[in-house]
Amino acid sequence: MEVGILAYGGYIPQSRLQRSEIAKAHSWFNPGLKGLAKGERAMANWDEDSVTMAVEAARDCLADFDRDQLSAVYMASTTFPFMDRQNAGIVADALNLNSSLQTLDFASSQRAGSGGLSVALQVANGGSGPILFTTSEKRLTRAASPLEMTSGDGAAAFLVGQGKVIARLLGSHTEAVDFVDHFRGEGEAYDYNWEERWVRDEGYLKIVPAAVEALLSKTGVTAAEITTFCFPVAARGVAASLAKKIGMPESAVADNLQENCGETGTAHSMVMLAQALQNSKPGDKILVASFGQGSDALLFEVTKEINSLSPRKGVSGYLARRYAETNYNKFLAFHDLVNLERGIRAETDKKTGLTTLYRNKSMIQGMVGGQCSQCGTAQFPKSNMCVNENCGAIGTQEDYPFADRVSKVNSFTADRLTYSPDPPAYYGMIQFEEGGRLMSDFTDVSPETDIKVGMPMRMMFRVKDYDNKRGFRRYFWKAAPAGASNKGE
Amino acid sequence: MASGIRDKVAILGMGCSKFGERWNDNAEDLMIEAYVEALEDAGIEKSQIEAAWLGTGIEEEHVGKSAVPLSMALRLPNIPVTRVENYCASGSEAFRGAVYAVASGACDIALALGVEKLKDTGYGGLPQRNRGSVNDLFWANASAPGSFAQLASAYSAKHGVSKEDMKRAMAHISVKSHDNGSRNPKAHLRNKINEDKVINAPIIADPFGLFDCCGVSDGSACAIVTTPEIAKSLGKKDPVPVKAMQLSASNGTEAQHNSWDGSYFVTTRAAANRAYKEAGITKPRDQISLFEVHDCFSITEFVTMEDLFISEEGNAVNDIMNGFYDADGKIPCQIDGGLKCFGHPIGASGLRMIYEMYLQMQGRAGERQRKEEPVFGMTHNLGGFPHQNVCSITIVGKEGA
Repeated sequence: MEVGILAYGGYIPQSRLQRSEIAKAHSWFNPGLKGLAKGERAMANWDEDSVTMAVEAARDCLADFDRDQLSAVYMASTTFPFMDRQNAGIVADALNLNSSLQTLDFASSQRAGSGGLSVALQVANGGSGPILFTTSEKRLTRAASPLEMTSGDGAAAFLVGQGKVIARLLGSHTEAVDFVDHFRGEGEAYDYNWEERWVRDEGYLKIVPAAVEALLSKTGVTAAEITTFCFPVAARGVAASLAKKIGMPESAVADNLQENCGETGTAHSMVMLAQALQNSKPGDKILVASFGQGSDALLFEVTKEINSLSPRKGVSGYLARRYAETNYNKFLAFHDLVNLERGIRAETDKKTGLTTLYRNKSMIQGMVGGQCSQCGTAQFPKSNMCVNENCGAIGTQEDYPFADRVSKVNSFTADRLTYSPDPPAYYGMIQFEEGGRLMSDFTDVSPETDIKVGMPMRMMFRVKDYDNKRGFRRYFWKAAPAGASNKGE
Repeated sequence: MASGIRDKVAILGMGCSKFGERWNDNAEDLMIEAYVEALEDAGIEKSQIEAAWLGTGIEEEHVGKSAVPLSMALRLPNIPVTRVENYCASGSEAFRGAVYAVASGACDIALALGVEKLKDTGYGGLPQRNRGSVNDLFWANASAPGSFAQLASAYSAKHGVSKEDMKRAMAHISVKSHDNGSRNPKAHLRNKINEDKVINAPIIADPFGLFDCCGVSDGSACAIVTTPEIAKSLGKKDPVPVKAMQLSASNGTEAQHNSWDGSYFVTTRAAANRAYKEAGITKPRDQISLFEVHDCFSITEFVTMEDLFISEEGNAVNDIMNGFYDADGKIPCQIDGGLKCFGHPIGASGLRMIYEMYLQMQGRAGERQRKEEPVFGMTHNLGGFPHQNVCSITIVGKEGA
């Protein structure tokens, strides 16, 4: 049986910070940034991290797929929220998966994304059940650094396995070279970068061709046959130079999404792959190569199954869900790059009882409520006694997941008193169409969103609170406008 | 068949501290201020008090746990003292404890005292605090104004009242309470304002501006209760009997079941129905002389006019704008300034409302005394959030009414 990709998904946060605004703020200090000031970069909301973005990409990827069939969940990132607590496990929990599952994190390199996918394909080739592979990045960058301009936040997910693959794996190859173009040492928040010209000439243009050429030679596919070449590096013209050097058609060079998203770190080769699949047709040959202490190269051939894949947002869909953010100060505040006066209300201790969390894990992380087996009433949270006043049965609640159900706004407010990292705090009563309701935090309410009673909402997995004192963060679900803003400036 | 509380217990004496930002006073000082007035008013000795109840909401900001702080402040002679907490209805709960104790015959004279010392947080508004280890995991990041503000969006959607009309009626409520507060020497806020000022104030939680929110105050109020017979034997000419006392707590229906539309208080309606029945009131719009409601926010007062069955559902705007609830209107609401201007020291508020009804019944309300002699005075005290709360209603009245 052939192994390959069964489905893809993508996620790009709604806000797109205008690069011209970043450049403008730093023009006094580093006028050279103006050269990078075109377009916009994806900017995670304050309550998003690489785990929450991976969850969204995974939901997009899995669509109507039977999640019980999954044998493993992998996650790749260099910006995991937890150094010791498996991040893939949080993703699996948010997807409400059962515990009979392999979970694993891939880290420490800009090659973690491509390497993770490569490993997932190898494991799936060994005959395990379908594997969910996610990769996500929310990079911290110093103010006025080129990386601040070129980076973006985002995630991709793939369902990998055997059977009706939409893209069959033709082969893969890895060159492992400890070429240190940048690094981030233990306890450091930011990257340390070496000269770009050296990285280009000795890194990209030497190491990547070695990997790609080895792959082509292994698979017997010629460079001229490649339909799409995904190479994630932000630097201008590098992918085209590589294509030319290797002999791939100029038309094969995929858009690196620098204009409308930015480079999503280790996830970016995979974000580009998801995008390539979304734009592909049967027979296309997609070659994806990464760069980071060597290079991974993977070659896929798109099958006719791509035409029967259920609809999804993908990278394109999330790129279209867009708000043009022009306030660079907000970006600084979200990334703690400015010492903001947050007020005494922000001092409230956000300690989480780990016992409390574990006991209520499926309710909190999976948003599983209850449905009464006697009267059918759905409710959140689940309780011993049915909430229906005409029923009130005890012990009849069966698990009832709410995360993927659509709700409507019953009442709402925009609160400027309560502490929020992004005031005003929007929240309100949401009511699920098939029953159940929640006084819920709202998220991704852009200044252009006109919240109204009756507006449809969709749940999103987000950071509920940061416990900065202890380095913990707790997650829960929030309601976001379902037909979110895609208007521009 | 229970006969209810009607006429079984009467108020013997009451006291209330000045409300406000009492920067130089501890909770103990406020308690003493209310207690001394109440004891003098009752005309009894401390030794005649047989049991006491302390109502306070956010005790961690001032007295700490238990009833001991009351017992120590008043140096009570080792009598039973109980502390109660039920959100903003804590003061009413203290009163209920004392009244029930007397009604049951367990004691002849009981005391209820509510206190709150809030202005020690370093910022305006209510103290931000945790809400329980499980709740903190999933409750929305809601403040009090943000929770109550939502009544406006739901009411607007249900009754087709425009946001502008709502804002105007809410503004009228606040202007009226400031007018009333200006005539009350114990009130926290005594300045007069106008509707434009309310409407143009900075937004706190949409659609509330600053003047849609009540004051956060320090203060204390105290009641001493006994039976009408004992009151008379002690020489009281006009003790004020309790006609009804009802409490209703949410059971999760509003928060979790789609039968509630978010535009009214389930609990207020339940408590009001029972209270009117207990007091023998059949037509509240004709029989209630004046009342104090829990106007923590202008919209709370707004919807409560309907939930107490005084304004018809969907018609509160008209009554409010027509001055029906003004001090010189048909049924004055918050004649003392309400939570809005008298102030809202949580544990004291329920008792403060009863204090005003007590004074009005006895014709002792000074400059703000209602000219028409009141027959029934009602208080409505609400704690929590519109979607999960407790509502307490107390009706006092003339003897024989």
